[in-house]
Order: sequence, then C-alpha cells, then structure tokens
Amino acid sequence: MRKILIIFLIAFSVTFSANAKSNDTGNVKDCSEGFNRASFKFNQVLDKAIVRPLAVGYRKLPNSVRIITSNFLNNLSNLITIPNNALQGEFGKAGNNLARLGINSTIGIIGLFDVATSMGFEEYEKEDYGQSLAVLGSGPGCYLVLPILGPSTARDTVGTVFGMFGGDPWYNVTVKNDTQYFRESDYYISKSVSGVDFRAKNLDALDNLEENSMDFYASVKSLYLQDRQQKILNSKKTIEAQDDSEWDEISPE
Amino acid sequence: MFLKIKINFFVFFLIFFIYQESSISIEPNIFVQSTVNRASTVLGDGYSKEEKIQKLKDIAEETVDIRGIGFYTLGKHRKTLNDQQKDKYSKLFKNYFLKSFSSRLAEYSNPQIDVISQEKISDKYTIVSSILVATKERPEVQIDWRIYTKDPEKPLIRDLIIEGLSLARTQKEEFNSIIQSNDGDINALFSNLKDFINR
Repeated sequence: MRKILIIFLIAFSVTFSANAKSNDTGNVKDCSEGFNRASFKFNQVLDKAIVRPLAVGYRKLPNSVRIITSNFLNNLSNLITIPNNALQGEFGKAGNNLARLGINSTIGIIGLFDVATSMGFEEYEKEDYGQSLAVLGSGPGCYLVLPILGPSTARDTVGTVFGMFGGDPWYNVTVKNDTQYFRESDYYISKSVSGVDFRAKNLDALDNLEENSMDFYASVKSLYLQDRQQKILNSKKTIEAQDDSEWDEISPE
Repeated sequence: MFLKIKINFFVFFLIFFIYQESSISIEPNIFVQSTVNRASTVLGDGYSKEEKIQKLKDIAEETVDIRGIGFYTLGKHRKTLNDQQKDKYSKLFKNYFLKSFSSRLAEYSNPQIDVISQEKISDKYTIVSSILVATKERPEVQIDWRIYTKDPEKPLIRDLIIEGLSLARTQKEEFNSIIQSNDGDINALFSNLKDFINR
C-alpha cells in the first residue's frame, strides 16, 4: 500500500512538474485540470461522507480535549519542522523548536500541554519539505489535487514523498521501521486526526466558501496557493506578498 | 492696516482648513472599527435574518468600494469589455457581492473584532490589522483590511485579508477560472452571476 502511494505521488509530481518557476499564485499552471477537478469531486464526496461528520462530532468534544489534541499534533509536527528550519538556514528557529519539542514532550507530557509557550518560547510555525524546496529556489510546478490528500503542487508532492523516504522521523519509527514501540497505524491515525482537526477548525469558513462560490474548485485552489506562498515567506502580511499594481488602475465611483 | 487684515484672514483660513482637515478626514483604523461595530450591532440585535441581511447590505454599500472590487476581480479581462458590458457587469457584480457578503455575515452571531494597528503602505492604501476574537468553536483569526484612502474623507474597504489570504484575489481567480473554462467568453461569467443572484 505504502509503495503504491509513493509511486503514485512520484508519478504525478514528475508528470506534472512542467517548468512553473513562479511563486505568484495566479501563474501556477493547472496542467491536469480535468484530473484535478475529478479528484476534487472525489475528495468532496469523501469529505461529506466521512471527514465533515467527524469534524462536526470533534467540535462537540470539550474545548480542553481539542486543545490537548492540537498540542499533541503540533508537537509531533515539530519532528518535520526542525530539519526544515535548518534546511532553510533558520538555525535560531531550529534551536527554539528543538527546545519546544524537548520541553513539551517531557514537562508537557508527550506534547499534550504546550508548556513551552507559557515559558515564553517563540510562537510555533510549521515548516515542511515543500517550503524548504521553495526557499532553496524550486518553483511550484503544476497545481495538483491528490485523492484523499487534497490540494498540492508538484513541488509540495515531492516534499511529501521526501518525508516518506527518511525525512519524517515520525514516519520512520511508525511505518518505515519495525519498532516495538509504535505501530504503522499510529502514523495513519495521527494524520487522520490532524485532518479532522484542521477540518473542524475551518468548518464554518469552508462551508461558507462552498455555499457562496460559483466555482468552488477555483476558490480552494486560489486559497491553497496563497496560503503556501505566505508560509514560504513566513508571513501573514499582505503587503509583502501582493502586487498592488492591478489595484492602482481602478478608481472608485 | 490692509496687511494686518490680510494676515488675519490668512490665519483664519489656515485655522479653518486645519480644523476642517482634522474633523472630516477619518483615520482608517477608526473607520474599520466603527464599521465593524455597526455590523456587530446589527448581528447582535434581535433582528430577523432578512432584516439583518438588508442592514448589512446598507452598511456594505456605504463602506465598501464595490465597483472597484468588481473591476479588480475581472483582472486581465477588464480591458476587453466595452462600455455596455462594463455597465452590465457593474450592476451584476454589485448584486452578487451584496448577496454573497450579507448572507455570509448573517450566519455569525455578534463576532468580536478588535482593531489593533494600521500601516500606511502608500498614499492610496492603508492596511488596518484586526483580530477576530477566538470562540470555543474556532481559534483567533487575523483579519487585515485594505483601505483605499485616496479621498481621506471617504475611506473605502477594498479587500479583506484573512490570515494572509486575500478575498479579492480569491474572487479574481475564481472569475478568471469561469471565463477561461468557457473559452474566454465573458457572458459565461455574467450568466453565472445571474444564477447566483437568483438562487
């Protein structure tokens, strides 16, 4: 199953990685729009049948349970963030996140409590191999919608595959290597819970977007690519990521 | 004597204009907070959903540059439209925007938005930063407002940037997708807008 998934991801990223170097969201090519739209529909069916109902149920859990779950998942994701901080030359952040991981995994009881934030450590920002590839100069390649996994680009897919080839310590100790401490299912459960947690946090926003979109596929594509652009720049500031020139031509009533 | 009167008049007009400037021009952050407060009052009061939608539409017509956003969202296709098409599009977009905007907001019950800072990025634009305060259901959300300040007496909202994601840009890319997948035919967009308005 794992091999099939990896071959599938590589095949897609290689097939559709044609020459898109730009980081501008509007210029990312949708080289396989037909496939992407079909995959998007498939994911919507999956969302309505499984993910959304789970997210609705998840939101009914006590707030403290959801916070603890988010903390645990964030702490786990640090295992990918730290090497990527280093790959991007951000050694200060790597040190900060390493300390966060150490503190939260011990005093914070396997990451259930974010003690590091209470102690004044810098706010945690996730990083991944797709972002590192971008910082190292790789263009996004074509836009992709992967079945189950959702929106991506050729570059981000390569980043995901890299995680499966040794870049993700959590994947290594659960799926890749047979250890007595973890099972393969631990990895898939953590990824599934992470997906439900994300869906629950964005339940209203995504429902609202779907209801008010004339082309929901295009809206999600735009938001995904903008989000990736912001994450690569490590910024939430519009002025750093957007070109004002198109607004300049327009005068009000 | 004549010189003294002239100076007095000069001083009078100077004071008058300074006073006018400070009393009429509206700081973008105050404009945003006051707009948010108005919307919040509507959402928090015991109005019916229809009344809420109508009141939100009134606020949007006053404070948002709907025509400007409409033409921005057309992107490169804006230059291909003739005057008649521009008029048609403006009317359709206005109805589309007001329906979409008000029905999105009407679902929320009294959201608390706090303005925290503002940054003037050019003579024409100021970005006002605010926070949608967290609830039990969702985390805190950062919302930036792109305020068009060319006329300081009448600032207008041109974009909402939620957690770094621009709604105007998303709209532009959605419209572009509709036009492109119909071989560049702008009438496909008009037809989609009409369908949305009549939903």
